[in-house]
Amino acid sequence: MDIPLFHLDWLNNRMLIAIIATLHALINHSLAVGFMPLVTWLENKGVVNSNPHEITDPKWDKMVYKMMWTAFIITTTIGAMTGVGIWFSVSLVSPNSIASLIRVFYFAWFVEWLVFVTEVVLILIYFLTWKNANKTLKAKTRHIKFGWYLSVFSWVTMAIIVSILGFMMDPGNWNNEQSLINGFTNPLYLPQLLYRTPLAMVLAGTLGLFLVSVFTNKGDTIRIKAFRYIGKWILCWLPFAVAGAVYYFNVIPKTMLANLQVAIGTQSFQQWYDIMWKVIVGSSIIILITAIITVWKPQIMKSYFLAITLVFALGFMGLFERVREFIRKPYIISEYMYSNLLREEDYPLYKKDGILKWATYNSTPTVTNENKVEAGRNVFMLACSRCHTTQGINSITYVFDRMYGNTGKPFKEDMMKSYIKNMHKSREYMPPFPGNDLELDALVAYIKQLQVTNEVLEGAQEVGVAINKDQSVEAFKSQFANKETQNESQNNLVKK
Amino acid sequence: MLLLQTSIPVPKDIPLPFPAPEWFLVTILIISFLVHIVFVNLMLGGSLLTLWCQIKGIKNKEYDTLAHEIAKTITVNKSLAVVMGIAPLLTINTLYTVFFYTANSLTGLMWIAIIPLVTVAFLLTYLHKYTWNTFSNNKPIHILIIAFACIIFMIIPLVFFTNVNLMLFPEKWGTIKGFMSALLLPNVFPRYLHFIFASLAVTGLFLFWYVGRKNYDFESIFNQLTRYEVKKKAYSLVLAASVSQFIIGPIVLLTLPSKGLGWNLILVIFTGAIISLPAIFYMYKAIVGKPENINKNFKIVVICLTITVVFMGSGRHIYRANALNPHIKMISEKTQSFIKESEIARQESAKPQTAVSDKTDSNKGLEIFEQNCAACHAKDEKVVGPPIREMQTIYSNNPSGLKAWIKAPGKKREGYPQMPAFANKLSDSELNQLSNYILTIK
Ligand code: HEC
Ligand code: HEC
Repeated sequence: MDIPLFHLDWLNNRMLIAIIATLHALINHSLAVGFMPLVTWLENKGVVNSNPHEITDPKWDKMVYKMMWTAFIITTTIGAMTGVGIWFSVSLVSPNSIASLIRVFYFAWFVEWLVFVTEVVLILIYFLTWKNANKTLKAKTRHIKFGWYLSVFSWVTMAIIVSILGFMMDPGNWNNEQSLINGFTNPLYLPQLLYRTPLAMVLAGTLGLFLVSVFTNKGDTIRIKAFRYIGKWILCWLPFAVAGAVYYFNVIPKTMLANLQVAIGTQSFQQWYDIMWKVIVGSSIIILITAIITVWKPQIMKSYFLAITLVFALGFMGLFERVREFIRKPYIISEYMYSNLLREEDYPLYKKDGILKWATYNSTPTVTNENKVEAGRNVFMLACSRCHTTQGINSITYVFDRMYGNTGKPFKEDMMKSYIKNMHKSREYMPPFPGNDLELDALVAYIKQLQVTNEVLEGAQEVGVAINKDQSVEAFKSQFANKETQNESQNNLVKK
Repeated sequence: MLLLQTSIPVPKDIPLPFPAPEWFLVTILIISFLVHIVFVNLMLGGSLLTLWCQIKGIKNKEYDTLAHEIAKTITVNKSLAVVMGIAPLLTINTLYTVFFYTANSLTGLMWIAIIPLVTVAFLLTYLHKYTWNTFSNNKPIHILIIAFACIIFMIIPLVFFTNVNLMLFPEKWGTIKGFMSALLLPNVFPRYLHFIFASLAVTGLFLFWYVGRKNYDFESIFNQLTRYEVKKKAYSLVLAASVSQFIIGPIVLLTLPSKGLGWNLILVIFTGAIISLPAIFYMYKAIVGKPENINKNFKIVVICLTITVVFMGSGRHIYRANALNPHIKMISEKTQSFIKESEIARQESAKPQTAVSDKTDSNKGLEIFEQNCAACHAKDEKVVGPPIREMQTIYSNNPSGLKAWIKAPGKKREGYPQMPAFANKLSDSELNQLSNYILTIK
């Protein structure tokens, strides 16, 4: 509305964010939050189990170093850049929401940044001084200490981010109390943290097992030893991860659960709840079996089996991440801003004047018979394009057609209109239609045209923007001039 | 031609106050940006130097070693460049919200492409660093790896400059069609060149310090090259790059659209330029002087150039403030008046709902149906769900069954979507009115 709308008509805007965010969360949890303590713990085991005349068991230390090398390369490239990428993609797709959050949470993000800088500096120190630290026992002990510091800071980074996520999901907070503390005290905070922490440890463990199987040879004694240690690590954390997931899932407020059905896939997914449990139970059992085998029969463990376990563990988490990403619909900031980037409190104004009048960038401030379809396209861009495409994933013609029974027949205008007017009631994940009746007519005309033409809706990044004359400098000046003359005439009246 | 004429938009701002006083945010922006840009300079300059040394290293093995030494620093500098970028990004988002986001959006594809591009460039620098021995007999391939990284590192700043340039010119927003047209706005390339030369200068200084450190065991790494030679080369690079800035700088100033130029800006820029003169003088003296004197005055050089950079960074900000302030004023007035209008509309819409209560039961039933069910149900034909006629045949003697269904619908018909539940949305009396209506309508 006030910022030109970027739009991906094939991939779907939300999908862009979801892909980057999920990738980041997976890397962050499995390679940072969980992995740093695991690596430090293993490094310490090397020192503890070494011969008296050695500082550490060199073969063991080399293996742990290689594991850390992998984590270092991935976290400082894909991990770091997807972190920035979440920000970039969110600011393209829903600029108003991230901008509002930053205005309120500036210092939270600032502190988060300081912690993050510390984390990066520590990871650089920890990794780059590894080989030098092997020269004396004192240096090695200090190095291990750095590993623990690093683990703490990785965890704190996550703990702060979770507060911001929790804030966005919890209804009511925004309007009552816009403060940082609120992010930590809201009812979703603790459950999220209690679920994410042990899950990160389990993920790191399964990844660790896989890496050990890559970096060691069959039958190596260090391989067997490492399997046993990491297997025990997983067995310790797994119960907490499952309990955390169950707890988290039960606390998500009921109103949000209503949306979960769509969250996991599409509507045809009626058994979403069962699926969720099946995945949790299924992956937990596989991880459990793997861990048990690696502790009691490490010799028979195979790399490919570990790879499969890893995929399941990541799936376990990926599913939760996807659910979280979709849960807060139709709001992007609970009870303040809808996912179409319009504030709830401005709806009466839009209903009265129409959204097109107030949108800075649009070619049709008022709907006429001549510009109807073009106006409809503009309405679609403002009201639906954050979640729907015209030709790609979750396309608007596809969802209408599916709703009317996949007949492929031309849509009936009256039915569409009465549906759109009430869409927020029947499908709670969607915000109410913001515009007036003329704009609704236009939107329907546009969607009907889409049904027969296959035209593609291009975003501001390709075709640029048209500037609404009502929202231009000229209009502003004349409005301002009017005010001045009004004031003057009032003054004159007073004088008389 | 009217078509060519586009107007200047006055968007609304985010209707929330700044999280801190403006001067505070501006200070953070300037300082954190400079820190960020120094590491970016080192990352870019370091990669370019590595490439250059390695090409020279084909003939002279010593330079290959030097390339390896410089390459090792990129790993650290690039990581710091990324994390240090977060604070200025956060702050510019806060201070110049609509301007920055608008520029991002109008160049959106290139903007988001930064993420995969930088990721690839980083992976390439690691690949390059960790395959030094693997490719020792295959230098061209090894050089190609760092060359690709360099190309990407050269493209990224261009995207950033295009963005921060575009955000300054709301009068151009209506004419931009994608990244390329924003790139071609005047001033992007001069500023870009200014930055590239700054990168070379900063990297030269860094190299001078890096090889001169006490605990850097230069002699055991190099056989023929001496500290003095490397330092002299580094200084020459800084000197050449700094002097070039005296040509590029004025071009940047001249190509800046006049709307943000003011005496305050000129004063700051000139002071900054003048402070760099002693540095240039001392570097020149060190290069032509005796080898044992090369380290003399290094501190002064660094201090002078740092001050110059701070002045240039402030100049950047002054230009931005000069250029945008009138527009920012309009935006904030517009935002205020919008908030007022929205408030009025809200109050109006809250008023006239008293008439509802004196409706008859069946009227109310109709109304509830219209609001909640009509989107999917019609009287005689299937829309999304079955028609009312069908409901009547199923539930004519069973109103409580109907109500139970509405509260928590099941799944019956093949090929129909799931009907939403209304348990929390309708009260008991509303449910009664609704079911009466459904079962009695003719
Ligand atoms: C918050 C994001 C969001 C917005 C904004 C949004 N929708 Fe939807 N819409 C969805 C989702 C998610 C679905 C379900 C997709 C699925 O089930 O696969 C959906 C489904 C639909 C359906 C099919 C419903 C059904 O029962 O099968 C229609 C029709 C629809 N949307 C129309 C619109 C129109 C018209 C607009 C703009 C006025 C709009 N939507 C805005 C997210 C949104
Ligand atoms: C989003 C669309 C939608 C909305 C809104 C909707 N329904 Fe339905 N309704 C359906 C669908 C689809 C079915 C068929 C479900 C099935 O058979 O699986 C259905 C079926 C029914 C049935 C038939 C039940 C049976 O036993 O076969 C009744 C009665 C009904 N709806 C009443 C209502 C009422 C009353 C409302 C308003 C409060 C309402 N519906 C709102 C989609 C909707």
